[in-house]
Amino acid sequence: MPLVLERRSERSATIAIASPLIAIALTLATMAVLFAILGKNPVEALDVYFLEPLTDPYSLGEIAVKATPLVMIAIGLSLCYIANIWNIGAEGQFLVGAVAGSWLAVRTNGTDAGLWVLPAMLLLGALGGALYALIPAICKVRFGASEILTSLMLVYVANFGLDYLVRGPWRDPHGMNFPTTAEFDPVATVPTLIEGGRLHAGAIVTLLVVMAATVLLGRTIMGFEIRLVGAAPKAARFSGFNADKLTLFTFAVSGALAGLAGIIEVAGPVGHLQPDISPGYGFTAIIVAFLGRLNPVGILIAGLFLALTFIGGENAEIAIKVPLDLTKVFQGILLFYVLACDSMIIYRIRFIRTLRKPAHANV
Amino acid sequence: MQMFEAIMLSVIAASTPLLLAAAGELVTERSGVLNLGLEGMMIMGAACAFAGTCLSSSVIVGALCGVLAGVAMSAIFAIFTLGLAVNQVASGLALTILGTGLSGLIGAGFVGQRITPAPQLHLPVLTDLPLVGRILFGQDAFVYLSVALVIGIWLFLYRSRAGLVLRAVGDNHTSAHALGYPVLKIRALAVLFGGGCAGLAGAFLPLAYTPFFIPGMTAGRGWIALALVVFASWRPGRLVAGAYLFGAVSILQLHAQALGLGIPSQLMSSLPYLATVIVLVLISRTRGIAGSAAPASLGVVFVPDR
Amino acid sequence: MKKWNIIAMAAVLAIATATFGGSYAAEKLKIGFIYTGPIGDLGWSYQHDVGRKAMEKALAGKVETTYLENVPEGPDAERSIEQLARTGHKLIFTTSFGFMDPTLKVANKYPNVFFEHATGFKRAKNVATYAARFYEGRYIQGQIAAKISKTGVIGYIVSFPIPEVISNINATMLGAQSVNPNMKVKIIWVNSWFDPGKEADAAKALIDQGVDVLTQHTDSPAAMQIAEQRGIHAFGQSSNMIKFGPKAQLTADTDYWGDYYTKRAQAVLDGKWASGDTWGGLDSGMVVMAPYTNMPDDVKKMAMDTQAAVTSGALHPFKCPITDQDGKTVECKGGDHLDPGQILSMNFYVKGVDDKIPGK
Repeated sequence: MPLVLERRSERSATIAIASPLIAIALTLATMAVLFAILGKNPVEALDVYFLEPLTDPYSLGEIAVKATPLVMIAIGLSLCYIANIWNIGAEGQFLVGAVAGSWLAVRTNGTDAGLWVLPAMLLLGALGGALYALIPAICKVRFGASEILTSLMLVYVANFGLDYLVRGPWRDPHGMNFPTTAEFDPVATVPTLIEGGRLHAGAIVTLLVVMAATVLLGRTIMGFEIRLVGAAPKAARFSGFNADKLTLFTFAVSGALAGLAGIIEVAGPVGHLQPDISPGYGFTAIIVAFLGRLNPVGILIAGLFLALTFIGGENAEIAIKVPLDLTKVFQGILLFYVLACDSMIIYRIRFIRTLRKPAHANV
Repeated sequence: MQMFEAIMLSVIAASTPLLLAAAGELVTERSGVLNLGLEGMMIMGAACAFAGTCLSSSVIVGALCGVLAGVAMSAIFAIFTLGLAVNQVASGLALTILGTGLSGLIGAGFVGQRITPAPQLHLPVLTDLPLVGRILFGQDAFVYLSVALVIGIWLFLYRSRAGLVLRAVGDNHTSAHALGYPVLKIRALAVLFGGGCAGLAGAFLPLAYTPFFIPGMTAGRGWIALALVVFASWRPGRLVAGAYLFGAVSILQLHAQALGLGIPSQLMSSLPYLATVIVLVLISRTRGIAGSAAPASLGVVFVPDR
Repeated sequence: MKKWNIIAMAAVLAIATATFGGSYAAEKLKIGFIYTGPIGDLGWSYQHDVGRKAMEKALAGKVETTYLENVPEGPDAERSIEQLARTGHKLIFTTSFGFMDPTLKVANKYPNVFFEHATGFKRAKNVATYAARFYEGRYIQGQIAAKISKTGVIGYIVSFPIPEVISNINATMLGAQSVNPNMKVKIIWVNSWFDPGKEADAAKALIDQGVDVLTQHTDSPAAMQIAEQRGIHAFGQSSNMIKFGPKAQLTADTDYWGDYYTKRAQAVLDGKWASGDTWGGLDSGMVVMAPYTNMPDDVKKMAMDTQAAVTSGALHPFKCPITDQDGKTVECKGGDHLDPGQILSMNFYVKGVDDKIPGK
């Protein structure tokens, strides 16, 4: 092959900084071509997708609302992914957290309970998510089962569990038998920050999580251990760090964050528990984690950017009649380009003029 | 018993797409590459196969379109993971999202159209045999292909030189490279093969199973196929057993409902997934905590040094 | 110099036309539609889109429509509805129960926009509700099934145990029992409005268990196709599925929203729109039975007679006395038949249904 991949002697600093920008530029160029193929004006389409949502406060608020659960879940996932632990079940942990926290809301519904309800719900949500995430973690640590598949299968189970609860035991007795719990009391609802908008206190919690994660990864032993296990697993083992404990810890933390995002979403924008509370946040957060290059501040930016594309996609559906599937195509292409550009930090492509065959090729 | 035959036919139909997709992924993973993009490749296969059949009025052309779509999608994956040494887990997920979105765009124009589904075999005396006639001799081409594929893969992996090399690459790519085998080329071929099988599996759905196209009609089968490969400990024979087991669980839960057994339907619907988790735990256990039956280099990035 | 003058004039003219030309064109009424599924489902959302297109045709030149499909019934719905309101749509139809609270929330913020919510029960000054009395069609279908079936068992493929679905099952059974008091039903819950693979599997399972007439309360034609393949009969749902079951379809309980949509849009154009609840059935043309096919003439006559009786009000599918599964007589709040409130919140099976409502 005349083109080969070669490891650089040291990471390229310029590309490290420019990589996300190059990736975005490449994605926009590809999207412009796609728009043209679909018969739409590329400039107008890109404008509707990316620029218009930034021009008015309502859309900005909506971007923040959409980004809140994404960033929170992605931060948790990044802790796992840095250590090469693949938690793919964040969606399920999100749902279980929502269910766990909602239990208290349903229990105290209409009983004039105090202000302790909401904090307790959030705690239960985090706890529920953490416990649910420990199942695939224990399966891996104790039995060696692939955490990718176990965590993924449990997503489906969580979905059905939620479905059963809202159609049966937790169904609102005054709701004409429709599958939803009673509307949560005000003490069980996450307060909004701006009158008339949907931006809620969950956004502040997310920002706190970003800061906490930055501190954890940069300044604690645990953070160092996570990063070391990911970069040099053998060295980590020799240093005496316990890989099993790390697996349990990172799964529990990411499960807790996903569960917390779940209960905040239910107690905030939705307002009650129903079968459909997540448009795939747990899976989109995986993209956000990678787009943010597993770095807390990067994830914050990536989450906002991805939320922008969701809002832009919905606007485009109305304004220029572009199908919503295009947003998925965009996200997939963006992730590919980001991964490729990131690879260029460590490797470079060389053009080999003369083909050198290996010493002996007895095939 | 009429009911036994009828249930078996439903189970076989439900299991075939799982078997096709998992068989291809097994080869890919045996070469050391983990392709999580099965769902994306399958749904692209479904969309392109249906589009192809609508435009050409031929199921064969449609099936070919589906296979080519799968190969094209896996080619993207190969370029990034093998050519640019990108993380395989992330690439697989990106492929799934891309495939889901693209298939919606491609298939949108064909939703609502009708096609003549793939014909089923009918041999003069054999198909009419009681009990086993239609099960063995009355299936459509996809079912027979799936069985032939698994047999072919088994022969390839365990009875051919090329298969031995592939397994070596999957178990220890550094040694294989030192011996002079073109690791990346072999992996690329394995990935493309897996993509073609996934595309064929996807094509089965609108061409034989439910003859129309709906966005998202794969409904998570790609993920189940991934689980199947692990369930089968990366061995073709076990793959068949696993695929039919999963197909059976999903069909029988419907029968249990119709019989009025009174178990919550959500519990029944989650059985296949719970079963996967339990099976994964059980088989990993028997291997001991130290390792599993997986190819040792599965998912590890390989860049040949010069 | 001259060339630039001409270009400058042309530019000014273009800008002027763009700025002022638009306001001279007639202002079309912008109407938005939100669908929970794809219009290609050939079922529920598809029929709403058929209605939308009919309305567009009837009011050609006066209206401009936008539709959003595949909007999930969750927090994202609120944003989609609000987006339509913000971009100048003055009449918005939200076509699924799950959009109820999001519709009300947005309606609260935009008092000058009119909202119509399908199959809901909460209204406001600018929020009306509408639904179709599908159960009327189900009663007729039940009667047909009882006459056609040789095994005496109906196969029913359903999504979720909401009151609308339960009342439809009951109406079918009551119709069937009026012809054959020993009619039975086998029910499978696929837990989705739209999953062709599962619906097909459910159809096969039911047929394997001895059912020879199929009906459904799900959105795809998969079951009809299986019925056609296996040589049994089936009823289409929401739209006419004869294309998928030329020899299998007996009739279909189709929704026709076109007239209602045209009426409501015209009301906005005339400035006469008011909130309220519309529950149309066979009499108002919101429920339309697909042509009766694949059945003997005497069955066809019976069906048409029943249809006439229900349309005129002479026969009510839920006429009292009605006994529930446990043998108790249900209280009759509407005179000689159940009242709309009871039907809309129905949470019990009538006698003769051996299943248990899931989650009860």
